[in-house]
Amino acid sequence: MDLVKLQRQLVDYKASLYHECVLDEQFTQLQQLQDENNPDFVVEVVSLFFEDSERLLNELTKALEQQSIDFKRVDAHVHQLKGSSSSIGAQRVQKSCIAFRNYCEEQNVEGCLACLQQVRLEYSLVKTKLEYMFQLEQQILSSGGSIPI
Amino acid sequence: MDSCNCIEPQWPPDDLLMKYQYISDFFIALAYFSIPLELIYFVKKSAVFPYRWVLVQFGAFIVLCGATHLINLWTSTMHSRTVAMVMTTAKVFTAAVSCITALLLVHIIPDLLSVKTREMFLKNKAAELDREMGLIRTQEETGRHVRMLTHEIRSTLDRHTILKTTLVELGRTLALEECALWMPTRAGLELQLSYTLRQQNPVGYTVPIHLPVINQVFSSSHAVKISPNCPVASIHPSGKYTPGEVVAVRVPLLHLSDFQINDWPELSTKRYALMVLMLPLDSARQWRVHELELVEVVADQVAVALSHAAILEESMRARDLLMEQNVALDMARREAETAIRARNDFLAVMNHEMRTPMHAIIALSSLLQETELTPEQRLMVETILKSSNLLSTLINDVLDLSRLEDGSLQLDLGTFNLYAVFKEVLNLIKPIVSVKKLHVSLNLAPDLPEYAVGDEKRLMQTILNVVGNAVKFSKDGSISITAFVAKAELLRDSQTSEFFPVPGDNHFYLRVQVKDSGIGVSPQDIPKLFTKFAQTQSTATRNSGGTGLGLAICKRFVNLMEGHIWIESEGLGKGCTAIFMVKLGIPERLNEPELAFMPKVPPNHGPTAFPGLKVLVMDENGVSRKVTKGLLVHLGCDVTMVSSSEECLRVVSNEHKVVFMDACVPGMDGYEIAVRIHEKFTKRHERPIIVALTGNTDKVTKENCMRVGMDGVILKPVSLDKMRSVLSDLLEHRVLFEAI
Repeated sequence: MDLVKLQRQLVDYKASLYHECVLDEQFTQLQQLQDENNPDFVVEVVSLFFEDSERLLNELTKALEQQSIDFKRVDAHVHQLKGSSSSIGAQRVQKSCIAFRNYCEEQNVEGCLACLQQVRLEYSLVKTKLEYMFQLEQQILSSGGSIPI
Repeated sequence: MDSCNCIEPQWPPDDLLMKYQYISDFFIALAYFSIPLELIYFVKKSAVFPYRWVLVQFGAFIVLCGATHLINLWTSTMHSRTVAMVMTTAKVFTAAVSCITALLLVHIIPDLLSVKTREMFLKNKAAELDREMGLIRTQEETGRHVRMLTHEIRSTLDRHTILKTTLVELGRTLALEECALWMPTRAGLELQLSYTLRQQNPVGYTVPIHLPVINQVFSSSHAVKISPNCPVASIHPSGKYTPGEVVAVRVPLLHLSDFQINDWPELSTKRYALMVLMLPLDSARQWRVHELELVEVVADQVAVALSHAAILEESMRARDLLMEQNVALDMARREAETAIRARNDFLAVMNHEMRTPMHAIIALSSLLQETELTPEQRLMVETILKSSNLLSTLINDVLDLSRLEDGSLQLDLGTFNLYAVFKEVLNLIKPIVSVKKLHVSLNLAPDLPEYAVGDEKRLMQTILNVVGNAVKFSKDGSISITAFVAKAELLRDSQTSEFFPVPGDNHFYLRVQVKDSGIGVSPQDIPKLFTKFAQTQSTATRNSGGTGLGLAICKRFVNLMEGHIWIESEGLGKGCTAIFMVKLGIPERLNEPELAFMPKVPPNHGPTAFPGLKVLVMDENGVSRKVTKGLLVHLGCDVTMVSSSEECLRVVSNEHKVVFMDACVPGMDGYEIAVRIHEKFTKRHERPIIVALTGNTDKVTKENCMRVGMDGVILKPVSLDKMRSVLSDLLEHRVLFEAI
């Protein structure tokens, strides 16, 4: 594909992510931290986030499947997830985590399960989108272009 | 001796008679000499005697008379010729003086008499003055009484007190037996006994108001003497008491409108009260003029005082009414506010509740689209996606509109690329346009600035809506979109007669015209286009969907942007043109080159702001840790990372200048770590600065951090600029407490 078109596509795509509030300012901050000393900073952080989140989501699923749910543990996991998502700027994930925590406080099982679904959904969304975005970036880089800021 | 014909025979002088004559002469002479002496003595004594020379004359007269009688002493016996001579001279002189005196007395005696009359006159005058003095004194006393009465009456604004005081004071001043006040009833046909002096609670006597005696009193402004037998004067229940002299006077009941300066009190005041005053029967007193005057004056004063009291009552009533109204209004306002809040809450909740599933549908459908699907399935998924997008837009629209109506919507101003907005709009309508086989052309004027300051999202929404309408209502043909800067001459368009845009230095008016060749709008429907939920009733539109909210929202947005939107159409089937003008700001030239397509990307500063600064980061969350480390490394710090509190305490040394810790770390409380660090480094300059990173935005967290001795609290997530400024502040001041 044409390099310029690719770059254009990337730019539009990123704009749409911001527009839909999938990502927020924090992500921009991360991108700023990437320089020649740290060329893969963003990818590293995002990969770390994916690993972490998947682990946490599994833990959460397990914890909520128990007969007697340990809400404190659940809350701790959600807190972690919230922290991670806010660190990379996954706004939607973070917001769902906030809602999740409220339900945990109320010890509302139904609510927690619903929120878990929601968080999963948001996470998949952001994962897909970010992966697509990285794919585009790779394509541009391999075509010899530079990623437009 | 015998030849005389005397009736009585001559007899020779008798010795006894002679003796008696002799003695009398002597005493006469004595008296005659002493009288002038006495006169002189007493006149000398009194200073006032105007007729001295009269006195001299009198004295001379008396002396000579005395001398004559004295010389008579010698002439009773045989006497010589000298004695006779002396006697004669004396007699002659005496005669002369007596005659002169007699003549003079004719003049003098009237004078003396007039003195007497003058004396009488003066005495009368003095008596008259005495009388007048007495009168003045009584008048002055009356005046004093009136003043005192007035003072008593006017010192209160309470109607009852006024009237009661009047009666009491009048009774005291005039020593009345009874004093009563008859007030007119509401209907005005009767007088009712309202107040009396002696009786505490007068029984409700009433008297018809049109009695001749009452009319007589009412028609005169003076106090009128009335008969003790008339009904107003018989106020004792037993009826056995007949009072003495009775006087009645009218008391005008004034209204506020009656106070005109020159007409007092001969006004058209139709309402009077009647004051009846009775003297005690047994004192045989009569009503004196000054007492009547006193009564009249008091009646007038009472009238004034009553009117003041009435005014006061009115104003108190009005004030009470106002207060009540205030309270009611306040409650209404609070209810309205509660209602608004409830509605807003409802909308917010509904919005969230509606958006969440919507979002799920849209997200999952779009994810589904990415997977392998048969064409049928793909079509289904696309339909689902389209419908849910529409629904989502609808929800947004409704929410936006309600916020717009509230006035709670505010524009998000920012600098954006104007050209990009239009291109985006084109992109978005491209699919529909290609399906409908419409031809869309975009014409951007060359002088249109590339960047503008305004609410990008809502501008796009407006353009999209207008263009979307053009597309919706066109079956075929072409749509042309033109955008240019509105010039001064175009601003005087007849359509925009109520809109006067004023171009200035830092803003311009963007004018966008969207012309389509679709079904058009009939002229009478044009005004309705911008009202909510109204749609033209042709069958074509009914199938196009939409709520009819779009244009209403656009109008609101355009108004918020200080602009104007209108539609021109020549009629049905002749297409229509939608035109709007909005005010956009011109961004500063300086910022332009730094702007990119990406929103809010601040420029990259030099990385090493704090070269070599040794920092310890403690965070259990791997991702956060990595991000914080990335931030600090970017700023040139030498970062050590730990993931637990024990490790933190183990690793921390006096080489580390700053310790960043996540405030809510399970295991060991983040606060406890701070305490431990304080214990470990007793000397202040050895201790690293402790900063908490927290996502918590409440005061409690901040207070706790301060309590345990942290030097600063920062809210996560931290931007690069914030971290930079935080570090510089910390290193300069050694303390930073961000307002959370």
